[in-house]
Amino acid sequence: MTTGGLVDRQIGFFGALREAGLSIALSEVLDATRALGVVDLLDREGLRAAYAATVLKRPAHRPAFDALFDLWFPPVVGDPSARSADADEDGPGEAGEDGPADKEALRGRLRDLLLEGDEEALRRFARETVRELGRADTAPGRQAWFSYRVLRGLSPETLMASLLEAMLAGQVRGGMAEKVARQTLSERIRSFSEMVESEVRRRLAEDRGPEALSRTAVQPLAEQVDFLRASRNDMAELRRQVFPLARRLATRLTARRRLGRSGRLDFRRTVRASLGTGGVPLVTHHRPHKPHKPELVVLCDVSGSVAGFAHFTLMLAYALSEQFTKVRAFAFIDTVDEVSRFFTPGVDVADALSRMSSEASLVWFDGHSDYGHSIEQFAARYPDAVGPRTSLLILGDARNNYRATAVPTLRALVQRSRHAYWLNPEPQAYWGSGDSATGAYGDVLEMVEVRNAVQLEAFVQRLLPT
Amino acid sequence: MQQSQFASPADVAERLGAAGYLTDDAIATTVFLADRLGKPLLVEGPAGVGKTELAKAVAQATGSALIRLQCYEGLDEARALYEWNYKKQLLRIQASKDGESWDEVHDDVFAEEFLLSRPLLTAIRRTEPTVLLVDETDKADVEVEGLLLEVLSDFQITIPELGTITAARRPIVFLTSNATRELSEALKRRCLYLHLDYPGAEREKAIVLSRVPEIAEQLAGSLVSTVRALRSLELKKSPSISESIDWARTLLALGLDTLDEQAVRSTLGVVLKHASDHERATSSLKLN
Repeated sequence: MTTGGLVDRQIGFFGALREAGLSIALSEVLDATRALGVVDLLDREGLRAAYAATVLKRPAHRPAFDALFDLWFPPVVGDPSARSADADEDGPGEAGEDGPADKEALRGRLRDLLLEGDEEALRRFARETVRELGRADTAPGRQAWFSYRVLRGLSPETLMASLLEAMLAGQVRGGMAEKVARQTLSERIRSFSEMVESEVRRRLAEDRGPEALSRTAVQPLAEQVDFLRASRNDMAELRRQVFPLARRLATRLTARRRLGRSGRLDFRRTVRASLGTGGVPLVTHHRPHKPHKPELVVLCDVSGSVAGFAHFTLMLAYALSEQFTKVRAFAFIDTVDEVSRFFTPGVDVADALSRMSSEASLVWFDGHSDYGHSIEQFAARYPDAVGPRTSLLILGDARNNYRATAVPTLRALVQRSRHAYWLNPEPQAYWGSGDSATGAYGDVLEMVEVRNAVQLEAFVQRLLPT
Repeated sequence: MQQSQFASPADVAERLGAAGYLTDDAIATTVFLADRLGKPLLVEGPAGVGKTELAKAVAQATGSALIRLQCYEGLDEARALYEWNYKKQLLRIQASKDGESWDEVHDDVFAEEFLLSRPLLTAIRRTEPTVLLVDETDKADVEVEGLLLEVLSDFQITIPELGTITAARRPIVFLTSNATRELSEALKRRCLYLHLDYPGAEREKAIVLSRVPEIAEQLAGSLVSTVRALRSLELKKSPSISESIDWARTLLALGLDTLDEQAVRSTLGVVLKHASDHERATSSLKLN
């Protein structure tokens, strides 16, 4: 270690982990310290595993843990290949100072390494290329390191065509083999980019100390990412979590329902159980309450700005559909259409969503959100949708482009329903600003801020009765 | 504390390998720590990545007996810890002679003889090396976690009539969970934690080859990369390692030696168990 002792370093590391949202109890710190006493400290992966085993208790925190571990316990210090010229690196990269001419050679080596898929060699190569291409002298005596310079210089994605050619080696193109090869290669390219980024962070950390970088090195958890700001990757990650989330919610609900034992006496089970105690019914058994299952009607804005949120919520609603007697979904942009028909049981929800956006007729006038017209249309065309057993959910940011709001119609709908909620993916601070009609709608029904998956989960738990 | 079973993480890797379980750095180190620090190990991960297998392999590698507590909804003390053999006690009372005093009968009825030992108590009382596996902890009710706390932190069980029984020899404890619900912080804090995920391509290939040694290496390689491609799709249920192994066996049984579209299409049911997953895989892997 370059600075301070191992214990200081560990304390700094745990501090950064806590800041990233891990809760590390004192007993876990002690465990980790005891673990250090029995593992080989020179084996870096062993050390990582020891820390992971003792302080990391949720898989969702793993990426943050890894990024921070790399910062606080870097694999190398400084520039190992430059300092010791004997290094087993075989490379034209060693020789050249002259930049651009080398780029093609580097690309050639990257291509070979990606084809081989040897992680360790790729990591060494990432280290080398960051040294070659990633540095920029920002001010005299100060350096900065940039991953985009490396990735742009090498542009690994553009190697795909030639890599595919080499990997398939004359097999038929276009079929499954290509698909699989493409998948394997893009996985390797992604892991190479990650290696470059982590190497850049290491270099920066050497200059400025790990504390300075800890905060930026950690990506927020997918479930805490704002729906409105989620990138495509975030949305894909979220969609992958829909089914586990639905399963978790369902288990929790059944557990909650079981806890209340105030149902009617189950005579048969009570008598049967009393046989074990000589015919004396010491313990009474009760029938479970028949749970009230609401009918769910989801009316969602699927215009560009909030589509991601609507899709995620619809997926969750259908994943939970056995908790409801019936789920009906209506989508609108400036007019409304029922989209339940795309969500028949067993159908792939992601497919259903893409069919919904291509086949349902949601645009009437100009394709900008029009809540007023949509609500009027909904009330007029589907008068039977909302009844006394219905929970009505409206999803959208209520940004109405300064059009009519149709508040009286909505009020009538809300009065007819059992519950009605408006889920708004915008931060509450922005409500009512600009063309947002939250004020008008908020008077009619309860508006709930649902910015991320965590808040959505909390809301669904509230919605489903015990 | 008694001597540990393993000398180093490398030793763990080697002996588990001999028992047919291929480890990686993280698994070997974590198992080593669990053994060395005498702490229970909570293993979490998707279904079919070899959580239960790990416990079995450790039992085999150390020559210990495996005691298994399968958790389910409604599991209670009587099934997990111990129970008094009520019927036998009743017999004893009925058979007692007239002259016997209440105290004598009382002491007699609550003796070892009438105790039915359940997995947790059994594991604690054993003097030979033991591996205790608490399987699918997340299926049990929250109260069971409370029950486990005493057992797992101090390795002792209190039976009111007999007093506290302390472990003669600490078992190696594994808890597994599919994460259908979050386990309590208190339980997690007392355990070491290992998240088992789908393995890397190299390791998965090695696992398939070691479990199905008859399969050609080439075929195993393309099988693994196909499975990985399937996992990258948004499926309801991603194929697990055990399903990869099943798939390898299936291909072998059918005498297929290359994994082309035809072969995948006809055997997809081995790895994917939902109709919608089938459709999705067929369309995105261009099987038709």
